[in-house]
Amino acid sequence: MTAAPAPLLAARGIGKAFGGVVALADVDFTLQRGEVVALVGENGAGKSTLMKVLAGVHRPDRGEVRLDGAVVDLPDPGSAQRAGIALIPQEPSLCDNLTVAGALFLGGELRRGPWLRDGAMAEQARLWLQRVGLDLAPNQRVAVASPGQRQLLAIARALRLQARVLIFDEPTSSLTAVETQRLFALVRELRAQGTGIVWISHRLGEVREIADRAVGLRDGRNSGELPRERVSHEALVGLMVGRSLATAARVPHEAGAPVLRVRGLRTAAFPRHALDFVVREREVVGIAGLLGAGRTEVLRALFGADRALEGTIEVGGRSLVGHGPAAAAAAGLVLLPEDRQQQGLLLGMSVAANLSLPTLRTRGRWLDRRYERTLADATVRDLQIAARSPEQVAGTLSGGNQQKVVLGKWLAAAPKVLLLDEPTRGVDVGARAEIYARLHALAASGLAVLFVSSDLEEVLALADRTLVLAHGRLAGELDRARMSEESIMMLATAAEVP
Amino acid sequence: MRRIAGIGALLVVIAVVTALGSYDAETQRFTFLSAYNLENLLQRLGLYGVLSFAAAFVIVTGGIDLSIGAVVCVAGCVLPWLLRDLGWSPLAAVPAVLAGCALIGAFHGVLVVGLRLQPFVVTLCGLLLYRGAMRGFTGDETMGFGDSADGLRWLATGKLPITAEFGLPVPLLVLAAVAITTWVVWTRTVWGRHLFALGRNQEAARLCGVPTARIEASAYVVCSLLAGLGGCLFVLDVNSAQASSFGNFYELYAIAGAVLGGVALRGGEGSVPGIVLGVALLPLLPNTIRLLGDSDRLEFAVVGGVILLGAVADEGLRRWFGRRRR
Repeated sequence: MTAAPAPLLAARGIGKAFGGVVALADVDFTLQRGEVVALVGENGAGKSTLMKVLAGVHRPDRGEVRLDGAVVDLPDPGSAQRAGIALIPQEPSLCDNLTVAGALFLGGELRRGPWLRDGAMAEQARLWLQRVGLDLAPNQRVAVASPGQRQLLAIARALRLQARVLIFDEPTSSLTAVETQRLFALVRELRAQGTGIVWISHRLGEVREIADRAVGLRDGRNSGELPRERVSHEALVGLMVGRSLATAARVPHEAGAPVLRVRGLRTAAFPRHALDFVVREREVVGIAGLLGAGRTEVLRALFGADRALEGTIEVGGRSLVGHGPAAAAAAGLVLLPEDRQQQGLLLGMSVAANLSLPTLRTRGRWLDRRYERTLADATVRDLQIAARSPEQVAGTLSGGNQQKVVLGKWLAAAPKVLLLDEPTRGVDVGARAEIYARLHALAASGLAVLFVSSDLEEVLALADRTLVLAHGRLAGELDRARMSEESIMMLATAAEVP
Repeated sequence: MRRIAGIGALLVVIAVVTALGSYDAETQRFTFLSAYNLENLLQRLGLYGVLSFAAAFVIVTGGIDLSIGAVVCVAGCVLPWLLRDLGWSPLAAVPAVLAGCALIGAFHGVLVVGLRLQPFVVTLCGLLLYRGAMRGFTGDETMGFGDSADGLRWLATGKLPITAEFGLPVPLLVLAAVAITTWVVWTRTVWGRHLFALGRNQEAARLCGVPTARIEASAYVVCSLLAGLGGCLFVLDVNSAQASSFGNFYELYAIAGAVLGGVALRGGEGSVPGIVLGVALLPLLPNTIRLLGDSDRLEFAVVGGVILLGAVADEGLRRWFGRRRR
């Protein structure tokens, strides 16, 4: 390499872990002046974490960040902004009690000593709003703004910072086609002025349209990059997925009669798309899709945690209408939620109390302690829950054992259909294999299993059949023979149907 | 305006009912409207109002301060001690008391922001700590000024004559100064903007580069400082303070006044006119209670009932306006 000027931004060897979970193992990233770099990767690959490190939201455990060749320390978002790095988060959280101008200048108010220069700010705000095509008056409250307008407001805020490095995290997910085109034009304009731009997106078409270079991340590491000429849908999917890890050989079960029938299900999040599918006895069905594709919403609607707008749900011939979780459980439909700490367990209570909660019995008017004890002893033994005793507090168990407790409490209710949302999130590899084996055994014994997972390896290891959601729509259905990380990603990144 | 319509209406209704109910057939006068009663009412408004503004500063950030009454007690016991027992001049004693109270607030701020303790816990412990300490310090004896603060007491008991019978109580003017200053700070300064921003969404404010830790802590300093000012005024008014009872429950009156005036406990919401209206209701109620006979025993019940009524009226009006907007 010749003695080229130092890149605008260069990050070397960035590592970051949250608790015991490694989000970034060892990542390098460079950005030149006047360059648009697309950052691609699966959910949880570490894209957002890397960008939050660059924007001063998280401090890295390891590695260094250089701006114009000089090492910079970014302890908080304020100092990153002063250094010229601005992040526009995916769902910008704004202080919605402020006015539009107030939010635009928050943290960098025009001031004369301690005094606000509201007039001057309103005047300048008008220009920035015009620049992003946001049709709001500076003195309107942020509370009235739609999600798309909030996104534009966050972009206007970043422009106002006159940042040299602009990071967009999934900027178009709440924008209309017209707003998106206007944003593209704006990005090209900024690129021409020498601003370095990072563009995180799941929408591969968008990456092809705007990016000079695509950089892939996978499991917290670099997975390669592509120059503009070589960016194609297939090449990008390869960058994101890229591996062909052998999955555990698994004999599919002979599926029986349909147990769960879903017809015309519309969730509040995606009222435009109706879903139809069935899950049979002895069958494990995966739901794949990108973050925000509506996967969790489907499970919650089936379980009655949220009300569905419309649709019929039949469990073993019994139909559920406008039901809540209690009715779903009584019909044999149970949910193991993604956030097991908040939604799956009473962390401060004992394993025994957690296990018996949905099926508590009484003797006369008193709690049947004997039932509780018998159930807890049997479940701890059968599921091999590593607890000192059934009286151990659930919150002190490891992630895998906590998940076994959630599973155990529902097995006590003798379910017909098991719904699982990210069944192994926060569960270590050993316990993961144990949970897979347990789910297969349950399916073999006649249960129907429907699970959501962002981990494609997991989908391939577990599922007999996969439903792929994209933007709330059932983009496709893949049987075991056609299931691969590539085929799932192709469907999951399908364009939105207008 | 909408925000304060509910509490404003309630205030007017209660004032009118109380005034009509105070008709004395013997003298053929409304005793509520006597100059003496009105002066008294406005003086109370001034005294309690300062405390509600103290509470409002912390509530706006989404926090709470339960130690206001105890800080009132600290100021009420220490000020007489400095003036009478140590013979300090008022010009030294009052700033010293206020500075001490601000220090208490800084202590709260450090615990809340630095150690991320719950404001409720920190200030609940403060409540017990300061009152207990004052009882030990004064040996449960009643503190008073004797004649060492006669000039200073004008701040609490003085009046600016308007007519031959009626004068504006000085504490009301103190409240006006506090209210106007607060209004300017909240609406015209960067600090005020940041207080409201972090009260609504602390993480969003932090991501925008707002120094949230410093600003949140500062709210506790201002709160205790104003509580100390209130404590000075209260003790100057009655000229005696008993550590075991002085300022008891005042934090609840202070919070009630602010919340009635539309300062939302979830943070990021509140206006100065609202607080003034909310706090105006509090001194009115003893007058109302007198209508029920000479029964002081019912005071807490009536205060509780009216505050609840205020909250219901406020929520009801908000929904009504909300429906109309759609």
